[in-house]
Amino acid sequence: MNLTLSHFLILGALLFAISMVGIFLNRKNLIVLLMSIELMLLAVNMNFVAFSRYAQDLHGQLFVFFILAVAAAESAVGLAILVLLFRNLNSIHVDDIDKLKG
Amino acid sequence: MDFKTLLFFFFSAILLFAALRVITAKNPVHAVLNLILAFFTAAGIWLLLEAEFLAMVLVMVYIGAVMVLFLFVVMMLDIDLDRLRQGFWRYLPLGAFVGLVVALEMALVLGGEYFYSSADANLPAAAAGVSNTRELGALLVSRYVYPFELTAALLLMAIVAAVALAFRGKKPARRVDPAEQIRVRAADRLRIVHMPTETDDAPPAAIDDQPEKDA
Repeated sequence: MNLTLSHFLILGALLFAISMVGIFLNRKNLIVLLMSIELMLLAVNMNFVAFSRYAQDLHGQLFVFFILAVAAAESAVGLAILVLLFRNLNSIHVDDIDKLKG
Repeated sequence: MDFKTLLFFFFSAILLFAALRVITAKNPVHAVLNLILAFFTAAGIWLLLEAEFLAMVLVMVYIGAVMVLFLFVVMMLDIDLDRLRQGFWRYLPLGAFVGLVVALEMALVLGGEYFYSSADANLPAAAAGVSNTRELGALLVSRYVYPFELTAALLLMAIVAAVALAFRGKKPARRVDPAEQIRVRAADRLRIVHMPTETDDAPPAAIDDQPEKDA
């Protein structure tokens, strides 16, 4: 049995599905929501790298490079917002964050 | 089954297990640690795909910086764990169902003839002297130089945004104001008191006990 592109793609799909279930399960917990998003990005990156390898084209890997940079910026700002929320509300429960509801 | 395939299955098993632990762990700290494990094994899989530079970046930048930041924040916050787990079991059936459907659909499509035919053995192996990093770098500063600069601007923006969000105004510190120090005059600090001169023969003059009036 040899490795094929579809092995990597199915792995990425499974990872994506798991992180999606994570968003369903932990919808009250902001931190785990952020982590699930990170996992989703990892799944997407996995697909990019796999395609880049099997198409013999480096551009896919450059995209992963950019995605990593954007994901790092996203998590830095996201965590800063999280800390700010915790400072102001003393909780990160999603139900407590309804200031804009009116 | 050759060694590479074996490695792939080994890594994927760990990766999927770690991902499952991330979403089910009771303690967010455990979730972050499992996330680190997941990223680490993902780097292993990327090595199998001959993306050496990205694998190293994932380990050094992503695990070393972003995940540690996550760990910091999670450990810093004092969270009411039980309340956060509310509704975990209630959403499980729906979530599991949707996840299974997605996984099945994707597996049906991706396991099909087209993707399956592109076997690893047919790919040309990388030449001995070719460096993945060098090729990526060459592409990055030629064709992708504009997105590269944009990414730099984005990172700068993220830094400023994160600092602006976390900054809570200056703390009232105990420090000396240099402007005030310079503005001071001798009269503010030094007081010259006039006293009558004492002599031997005369009885001591009644020295004015009154405190001097302030300058």
